[in-house]
Amino acid sequence: MNRLLTFLFGRLPIGWLQLSHNKARLFAAVSGVAFANLLVFMQLGIMGALNGSTVAPYSLIQADIILSSKEGNTLTDSENIAGVRMFQALGVPGVAEAMPLFIGTLPFTLDDGTSVSLLAFGVDTTQTRFVSPGIAPVLGRLTIENTVLLDRDTRGMPASVVEGLVKAEPYSFEARGGTLTAIGTMEVGGGFLADGMLVTSDQTFLRFFPTRSSGAPNHVLLQVGDGVSADTVADRLRIALPADSVRVQTTPEAQQADRAFMSTERPTGIIFGFGVFMGILVGLVIVYQVLSTDVADHLREYATFKAMGYGQSFFLGIIFEEAVVLAIFGFVPGFLISMGLYAGLVTVTGLPVTMEAGRAALVFAGTLAACTLSGAIATRRLANADPADLF
Amino acid sequence: MAEAAVEVRELNHFFGTGEARKQAIFDINMTIERGGLTILMGPSGSGKTTLLTLIGALRDVQEGSVVALGQELQGAAEAELVALRRRLGFIFQAHNLHESLTAIENVLMGLEVHGTGNRSVQRKAAAHMLDLLGLSDRRSYLPGNLSGGQKQRVAVARALVSNPEMVLADEPTAALDKASGHTVVKMLKSLGVLRGTTTVMVTHDPRILEMADRIVTLEDGRIVSDTRP
Repeated sequence: MNRLLTFLFGRLPIGWLQLSHNKARLFAAVSGVAFANLLVFMQLGIMGALNGSTVAPYSLIQADIILSSKEGNTLTDSENIAGVRMFQALGVPGVAEAMPLFIGTLPFTLDDGTSVSLLAFGVDTTQTRFVSPGIAPVLGRLTIENTVLLDRDTRGMPASVVEGLVKAEPYSFEARGGTLTAIGTMEVGGGFLADGMLVTSDQTFLRFFPTRSSGAPNHVLLQVGDGVSADTVADRLRIALPADSVRVQTTPEAQQADRAFMSTERPTGIIFGFGVFMGILVGLVIVYQVLSTDVADHLREYATFKAMGYGQSFFLGIIFEEAVVLAIFGFVPGFLISMGLYAGLVTVTGLPVTMEAGRAALVFAGTLAACTLSGAIATRRLANADPADLF
Repeated sequence: MAEAAVEVRELNHFFGTGEARKQAIFDINMTIERGGLTILMGPSGSGKTTLLTLIGALRDVQEGSVVALGQELQGAAEAELVALRRRLGFIFQAHNLHESLTAIENVLMGLEVHGTGNRSVQRKAAAHMLDLLGLSDRRSYLPGNLSGGQKQRVAVARALVSNPEMVLADEPTAALDKASGHTVVKMLKSLGVLRGTTTVMVTHDPRILEMADRIVTLEDGRIVSDTRP
C-alpha cells in the first residue's frame, strides 16, 4: 500500500501513514464515514423507491398526452375531469384517439385476514392501444363482468395465489361487497399509496365504485397521429382547453411532475430529503473532527516541515490525501451494508429499493466532496503550526 | 576575509503589543563567516534563540537587517523565505520526528522538500547518513521504538542529508551521550571544512565549546562577548 501510494503521489504518503498509524482513530473515522454513507444511501434508496413507485403505474398505460384535473396531484392521486374534455380534445388537430381512465383504491382482505389495498385502473377494454403491450392481449377478457388482472407483486399476496394465476387458475376475492375474479396477472408492485395494482374494465370499475360517474374519469389519455409531435399537440390543447381546470401534460412531463410533487411537496419526500442532508452533515462533522484532531496532534511535525521549507500546498496535500482515504475506506463498507439493507427492505416492504449505479457514483462523489470540504476547513488549523515555536 | 554567511545589522526585535510589548534583541550587529562553527551562548531569555530563529527566516525581521546566504530577510516575500529555508538544515532540541514515519522516511523528508532526484538515490543517501550516525540497524524503526538519543541522531541526519549551506541547531547534543554528541559536532565541523557548511548553534554543553570556531555570548538581548578560541 505504502509503495503504491508513494508511486502515485511521487512522495511519501504521509496522510495515509498518519491515519494508519493510529488504528483506533482510523477505525472510528472510517466507521463514521461509513455510517454517514449508510444514512445517505438509505434515504436516497427510499426516496428512489418513492419516485419509482410513483411513476410505476405509468407502465400500465400508453399515452402521448394526459389530460387531468388541475386539482389533482399525481397520476394516482387525482381528481375527476369532465368527460366532455375528451370530446373537446378529439377536436384539436393532431389528436388521434382518446380514452378515459378511472382510478380508485380498492381495499380487500386476504384469506389470512391481511388487509390489502389495491390501486384499481378502469379502462375501456376495446382500446388496447392505450395499455401496455404486456396486458393488451388479455384486455378483451376483462369485458366479462367483474374480472380483473391482479398485480403479482402485490405486497402480502400469498405465493399460492400468484402461482395459481400464472397457471391460469382464476382467483376470486371479495371487495366492496362484491366478488371479483382475477383471471391473469401483470407486474407493477406496491408503493406508498397501495400494496399493488389491479386492472379492470371501466364497467366493472364503475360497478365497484358506485359514486363515480362514467362522465367524470380521473384522466383522459390521448394519442397523437403518426408523425405528429406530442409537444406541439399539447400546446394546442393548452390553448383549446380551460387552463384553470384542465392540466395538459405529455407523459414524460406528467412523470416528471409526479416525481417533483412527491419529492418536494409531500411530507415524505421532504423528510427523506432532510435525511439525506442530515447524513451529509454527520459525515462532514465526523471527517472534520478526525482531520482537525489529526492536524492538532501533528502541529509540531507540521511546524518542523514548515521550517524545512515545505510550502502550504504540501500540507494541503496531506490533509486532502487523508480526506480521500477516509472517503474511499468509508464508502466501501457503507455501500456494501446498504446493499444488504436494500435487499432486506425489498423483502419486508416490497418497495422498489434498488442500488443504481448512478446513485452509487453520486454518493461516492458526494463523499469525496464532503471529505474534501471537511479537509479544507480542517486546514485552517495549520496556521497554528509556527516553526518559530519549535525553538 | 572569509565570505559572510550571515550579516546582521542594527537588529532589534520585540514580542507582544501595546503595553505588553517587550524588546528581546537590542541593536545587534554581527557577521558570521561561511564554513565555521559559531556558538551562541547566554542565560535563558538572553535572546540567543530569538536571534537563531531570525537568521533561520522563521520570524519576521521587524527592525534592522538580516542577510542570510545572500537573501535579505527584512521585507522578504514568503516564497523567498521558503526558498531560503530549503538551503538550511534545522536541528531542534526536541527531535520533532514524525511518529508515523520510520527513521529513514523521516530522513527522506529532508530530501523530498527539494522535489528532485531519483527516489532510490535519495534512499541511499538517507541510509548513508543514518549509517554515519550509527543508526544502520534502526532505519526501519518508528520513532516510538527509538531511544531519545537515537531520535535526536535521526533528526540530525534529516537536517544534514540535503547538504545544507547552513545548519541552525538548538541544543543538538542535549539528548546525546558524550560519544554521540562528539560524533555529531565533529560531523558538523567536517562539513564546514569539506563543503563550507556554516553552523550556528545554541548550546550550553561545555563539551562542545572547545570545538567552536567562535563563541558569541548574549545577555538581555545584547552581545556581551564575541571570542574566537
